This record gives sequence, structure tokens and C-alpha cells, in this order.
Amino acid sequence: MQNMAQKKQPPLIDYLLRLGDNALVLGQRHAQLCGKAPALEEELALMNVGLDLFGQARNWLGYVSELLAAELMASELVADKIDADHLAFRRDAQDFRNLLLVEQPNGDFADIMGRQFLFDAWHVHLLDGLTHASDPRIAEVAAKSLKEATYHLRRSSEWVIRLGDGTEESHTRMQRALDNLWQFTGELLQGDEIDQAMLEAGIAPDLETVATRWKATVEEVLEEATLERPSYDAWMYTGGKVGHHTEHLGFLLAEMQYLPRAYPDATVW
Amino acid sequence: MYAQLVETGSNKLKTLDEMSPEERQFQERINDEIKIEPKNWMPDAYRKTLIRQISQHAHSEIVGMLPEGNWLTRAPTLKRKLQLMAKIQDEAGHGLYLYSSMETLGADRDEEIDKLHDGRAKYSSIFNYPTLNWADMGTIGWLVDGAAIVNQVPLQRTSYGPYARAMIRVCKEESFHQRQGYQILLTMMQEGTDDQKAMVQDSINRFWWPALMMFGPSDENSPNSAQSMAWKIKRHSNDELRQRFLDQTVPQLELLGCTAPDPDLKYNQETGHYEFGEIDWQEFFDVVKGNGPCNRERIEARRSAIDNGAWVREAAVAHAAKRQHRAA
Repeated sequence: MQNMAQKKQPPLIDYLLRLGDNALVLGQRHAQLCGKAPALEEELALMNVGLDLFGQARNWLGYVSELLAAELMASELVADKIDADHLAFRRDAQDFRNLLLVEQPNGDFADIMGRQFLFDAWHVHLLDGLTHASDPRIAEVAAKSLKEATYHLRRSSEWVIRLGDGTEESHTRMQRALDNLWQFTGELLQGDEIDQAMLEAGIAPDLETVATRWKATVEEVLEEATLERPSYDAWMYTGGKVGHHTEHLGFLLAEMQYLPRAYPDATVW
Repeated sequence: MYAQLVETGSNKLKTLDEMSPEERQFQERINDEIKIEPKNWMPDAYRKTLIRQISQHAHSEIVGMLPEGNWLTRAPTLKRKLQLMAKIQDEAGHGLYLYSSMETLGADRDEEIDKLHDGRAKYSSIFNYPTLNWADMGTIGWLVDGAAIVNQVPLQRTSYGPYARAMIRVCKEESFHQRQGYQILLTMMQEGTDDQKAMVQDSINRFWWPALMMFGPSDENSPNSAQSMAWKIKRHSNDELRQRFLDQTVPQLELLGCTAPDPDLKYNQETGHYEFGEIDWQEFFDVVKGNGPCNRERIEARRSAIDNGAWVREAAVAHAAKRQHRAA
């Protein structure tokens, strides 16, 4: 596929890739956790979340691929077969539009739950806004995803609280995870021209509203967890939304995309 | 099988006359196909054997997640990733309700898991083989889950109620997995490239014999079988089940257009059964004793998951205690 970062594409495509790639990359982090949960019950719960995320990725990327195919046809270019799998398994890192937060490595259970909580608290409020999207397909996928994300947030909040207000060790680990991950939260709340275009098109909610709600959720949970909230004014590491990633994404994709890339002639699996 | 070589603590069967009155009543209940429930009296050896068998079965489900987890991150399409993840999740679920059914016998999950981690408890030998290519995800579903179903379908009628009921649900999910696994292989054989077809054959070559070994030693080397059959916690002999599996599997192998790594495999017109070559029992006993390709790795993976999670479980307990204290 043509390197998408090189070419200007409609903001809707970019925006949907952000949604799909967040789910896909975080889902893949869950796949890496298989067999490593601290208890059997958590094994089931982690897989549940992973399944939801891969399902969401398939829905968003499926829609992107339809839009891309239509566009290619309109410009009379010969289209490769573009489907959700093509987008997931044949794109390079710079074409991924996910948040830096979701590509961060698994680390220990505090890192895993911290990452999940910071994402879920944002995801729920964003999806809630997207259920009112002027595009009915987006509203529909958002409504289904919102139900799942609401459960994810409940679970990750509970774990942040348990670990924060558990033992001394768990508190230390949870605080450390939060401090390390905090730098990746800036781009959740900071809008760019694509967010603005989507707001104007009646698709996305105002990111400022999402930010306000995210902060309220985070503050409430961290307080109950007896954790110290890092400063909103701290330096933030951004770039995922425009394809400038951390070093971790390349390895995640190398593993995930191995088979389709090693056997490019295979059309079915 | 998922529970191979389960010790019963006895090599000789008692007659009804040799039994105490309560043991006799127990055996008659079994003979009449009435389920034994957790609160019913049962001989100590029956209880211990069942704990061993169910825990082995549960451990197999949990260890069995690992060879599949090895390919979960590399599943080649979103559909296959979702299917495989759901399958692995089902296995964790099977493990959970098998442990629960074992706990109705007074056993403790954590203690039994400790036995797995220090090598005292067994799990199915099949999971000590490595998964080396993507087709292994199909072969495991087709052959390994297929063999599990042949063993577990009769266990739906096993004499211990909670185990029998757990098996009903497990069997439904396993047959779904088996069809899915076969479909992975069929897709690659019918529509795949030469490389993909070669993957399938290579995978079958590696898993064929280990799958046949899943049913345990041949009947003449199965000293515990008679007692397990009398208690109806086993309903058919190892060799009977192995034959049943082979008879249903060979036509499926032919439909794939693949071969078995067994030059002696042939159909016997007179008996209506497939005949097969000699199983390498030395390999089987080696793997059961811990000397298979992945034994150490699998146990180490399980042990480190639980050990690394100790602080998480402690935190959950500490937090629950704080909550309770605050509520009081």
C-alpha cells in the first residue's frame, strides 16, 4: 500500500484510523499478556478486554477500508484489495495513528492497569460523544464500543484503586506507573486540525469537553486510590496521532504483521 | 488425554461382598447410574482419584493456553486473532470451572496449582510439544481438541455429578474449537499457496503421534483403568477411545489432502477400522516424566505468572480488608 503518511488524506480517514489503531494496538498488548495474568480470573478478564478491542479495531478499520476503496475507485486508480486486514497487517508504523499511550509496553500489572485506566477514562467520554455523530455508521460503532469501554473503565478503575490503596508495594508500583505514563496523556486532550474538522463535520465531540470529563474521572479515581496526580502542566510527549511514534510500536508491528509480510502471496489464512 | 495415567491407589477390584455397607451402597448407586454429589459419602480413594483426575484436566486447560498463546500475537488476520483469543479464553474458563468442580471434593485450588508448579501434578503430555508454525493453531484445534472430545463425551456421563455437568459445557465449546481448527487447515489446503500447504503437512507430521498418545498407555499397560471403570469416572478403555478417534480422523485427513507420518496406517475392510503403526511409548513416558521438548518452559511460564502476580493478589486482599474495616 502507498505510504499514507506521504499523502494528504481526508480528515475522516485519519480520524477513523486513530480510533481503529488505538483499539488494534492496545488489543495487541493484551494478546501479549496471554498466560501471564496474576490470577486465572484476570486471565479471562484480560482476554475479554482484548477481544472487545480487536472487535472495535475490525469495525473501525473495516469502515476506513470501504471509504478508501471508494476513493480509489473515484480517482480511477487500480485498487489493491483493501480491507481491515490490509490496514492492520500491511501498514508501516508511520501510517499508524494511535496514541503513544496505548503502544507502551506491558511492564508489570500496575503499568498495564495504569495504561488501561488512563485510556479508558478518555475512551468512554470520547465514544459517548461519538454516539451522536452525524455519520450513522460511526454512531452505531461508537454505541456498541461504548458499552464495552464502560465495563473496561469500571474494571481498570477498580484495579487502580486496589493497587493504589492496597499494600505499600502496590502503592509504590501504581504511583510509579502513573508517573511514567502521564507524559503520554497530553495528546488525548489536545486537539489538532483533524479533531477540529471532525467537530465541524458534526462527527466528533468537542475535545475540550472530553478533556474536562477525563480530568474529573481521573481525579475521582486517583483520590480514592490515594495516588498523587501528576501535574497537567507537565511536559507531554506527543506525536502518535500524526504518525510519530515511540520506539515500541515498530516491534509490536513486526511481530503482529509477521505472517502476512513473510508470505505476501497468501491471500487467505 | 487431558488426564493421563491417573493413579487410583488400587490395582485390584473389590467385589460387592468385600465392601463395607456404605461402600456397597455407594457402588450400587454408581451401578444404577445415579450421580454422586459432593455431600454424598464416597470412599477416600474415589475422592482422591477424582481430585487427581479433575485437577490434571484443569491444569491441562491452563497449560494448554501457552502453545496457542505463542501464536496469538502473530495470528495473520483479525478474524483468526479473534477466534484464537476466544478459544484461549474458553480454555481459561474450562480451567476455572474444572477447579471449581474439584473444590467440591474438598481440594484447594492453590494447593493443587502448587503441585503443578513443583512437578507433583501432571497435565496432558501434548502441551509439551512446541508450536512452530501457524498451521499448528489449526492442528491443535482439529487433532488435540478432537482427541479431547472423544475422551470427554463419555465423561458427560461420569459418576461424579459436578464433573459430569462441567463436561457438558466443555464439550460444546470443544467441538466448536475443533471445527474452527479444521477450517484453518482446510482453507490453507484448498486456497493457500504451496508454502501454506507445506505448513499444514509439517504441522500434521509433528502432532500426529503426540495426538494418538493423548489417550494414554495401551490397555495392557493401564493398571489403574479397572478401578476407574468400576467407579465410572472412566467409561471406555484407552485403546477403544484411541481407535474411535483414529476412525473418525483419517477420513478428515484424506479430505484435507494430507498424509499421516505412519506408513502402516491402513483401512481394514473386515473390521471396518483403521490400523496404525507402533506408538513410540518411550517418547510418551519420557514426556510424561518431564522430559519433553517444552516441559520446563511450560511450567516455568505458569510459575512465573503466579509468582510475579503475588504482589497484585496481596494488594487485592489488603484493599478488601481496608474496605471491610471502613464499612464496619
